[in-house]
Amino acid sequence: MIIKTTNLCWQWPRQTARLRFPDISLPAGEHLFIHGPSGSGKTTLLSLLSGLNRATLGSIRVHGQDLARLSGSARDRLRADRTGVIFQQFNLVPYLSALDNVTLPCRLSRHRRQQAGDPADAARQLMTALGLPVEIFTRKAPELSTGQQQRVAAARALIGAPPLILADEPTSALDVVNRDRFVALLLEQAARTGSSVVFVSHDPALASHFGNHLELLTETETEANP
Amino acid sequence: MKPSLALSLATASLWHRRRILLLVTLTLTLSVSLLLGVQYLRTEVRQSFNSAVSGTDLIIGARSGELNLLLYSVFHIGHATNNLGWNSFQELAGDDRIDWLIPLSLGDNYRGHRVVGTDRRFLDYYQYGDDQPLQLVKGQWFSDVFEVVLGAQVARTLGHRTGDEIVLSHGGGRTSFVKHDQHPFRVSGVLAATGTPVDRGVYVSLEGLEAIHIGWEAGVPAPGRTLSADAARIRELTPDTITAALAGIKRPILTFQVQRDINQYAGEPLSAILPGVALAQLWQVLGQFELLLMGITAFVVVISLTGLVTVLLTLQTHRHQEIAVLRANGASPSLIASLYLLECTGLAVTATALATGLWYLALLAVAPWLLDTFGLAINLRPLTGVESLLLLSVPLSGLVVGSIPAFQAWRLGNRPSGWGAE
Repeated sequence: MIIKTTNLCWQWPRQTARLRFPDISLPAGEHLFIHGPSGSGKTTLLSLLSGLNRATLGSIRVHGQDLARLSGSARDRLRADRTGVIFQQFNLVPYLSALDNVTLPCRLSRHRRQQAGDPADAARQLMTALGLPVEIFTRKAPELSTGQQQRVAAARALIGAPPLILADEPTSALDVVNRDRFVALLLEQAARTGSSVVFVSHDPALASHFGNHLELLTETETEANP
Repeated sequence: MKPSLALSLATASLWHRRRILLLVTLTLTLSVSLLLGVQYLRTEVRQSFNSAVSGTDLIIGARSGELNLLLYSVFHIGHATNNLGWNSFQELAGDDRIDWLIPLSLGDNYRGHRVVGTDRRFLDYYQYGDDQPLQLVKGQWFSDVFEVVLGAQVARTLGHRTGDEIVLSHGGGRTSFVKHDQHPFRVSGVLAATGTPVDRGVYVSLEGLEAIHIGWEAGVPAPGRTLSADAARIRELTPDTITAALAGIKRPILTFQVQRDINQYAGEPLSAILPGVALAQLWQVLGQFELLLMGITAFVVVISLTGLVTVLLTLQTHRHQEIAVLRANGASPSLIASLYLLECTGLAVTATALATGLWYLALLAVAPWLLDTFGLAINLRPLTGVESLLLLSVPLSGLVVGSIPAFQAWRLGNRPSGWGAE
């Protein structure tokens, strides 16, 4: 299993409300579509899966590792080596070119660099495969359109073939045509690298692209009544 | 943490924000230039003062404070409160312990330059810097009553050559309405540049100075009582008094003994001072002001660095997205913190390098003016150890103040946070 969670709970510091998540078992290479209304904890779940935040309760195993047992730096390392991420917006480092943004994971992880071979070459191939024109490769993030930024972010998530890609509503700023195209391209490239994609969206129309579905509900419980 | 990645990201980030950071870097550059300038000038002024007189064991004048005697006799700053009798000078000249004596008579000026009445002994015995003797670059030492030798700077700035005739003015002020125009002096020689007050002096014989003042009462010539140049040449023109004398002692061990004897001289109240001690006293007095000036300048640098941190902290609020992207891609909190440290230190290093260049450029432009106006010879030289340390302290301070936003970024990176830039 690339992801296995049991009785996963999250509680923000100094808050009594607690989010409880359904258990997840996702085999390697398979994709998961998570949807639910605002406030249901979709983004929080991604932050737990990435290891950025540590679960309050429950067990979470990603890449076969129990994240609760890993230190902050070990979780950072695991994320750098084995997880690609795409945000909803503001995905790129503004002072780096599109190409440098894509190769960033290879600079943060030796494992990803080795997997990519020549990072710049791999980045160019990915960006071309994702339909980005060559002339934007050297442009900085603010000079790119939203759609281009999202595709650059997808290329960055894919570079070095990480086993897991976490995508947080990456199509919310795109129109319907570009949305479907983006998802299709992302899944096509993920299939090539054998990566699992966990795709979060509030848009149920995208569910058909994915084999596994998880619906989150707006349900919180208080600390006194778990 | 990957130092090369941190350096590369910090450099790109600084370049990306160059427009905002330019002004704050400029402020820091100017304040560091000021800091370096104050220290550089302090060293040079001391060097300039210390090299003004060398090989002179004692300075002798009428009873007065050490500093006053030093300043008016060597640096031509201020005035003597009283004079030294010629008889006393002659008696001292006969003292076996004294190797040589140089008479100095001050009072008049030539277009703002002090006229110094002296004799051949000034050329033979006066030394500056590392015991370097005076040299004539043009002509010869004066031999006639109405001949004059010019200091290098006087000849250069006023464009005089040997053979020119000049008219001295009465009194020591920069401007004088009473001139000795009945007795023009002919330039017989020009001294080589020394970078000391010697360059700003106009040297005439004691007899010449005496001759042009015969028949003067209350600072103006009495009609019909002044001497013609020819009459002056055949008249006995020994002065009654001189302003001061510089002395070389045969054996250094006797210096204190001679000093004590002169200070207790029965003929008239005299003071004999050791130039080195008087200079030390001068630095002791000025040291407090120098310290205060350095303190104020350092404070200006601190204010500039504070401004830099304020800008970086302000920018930090706009960098949450960038930090979130880096963190999500596996950058550690310490890498994020190091970006701030590197950026702050990088700006301080840039400002320090620019400030050093700016200072040397300013020095190239201002040094000739300082020499002309204040007689301060400011040399273009490599930085001293203290100056280098002072400059080094700026990036180090940058590192220290940069730790404020760095710590904040590190703390943000470690605490539970949202995903992405939401």
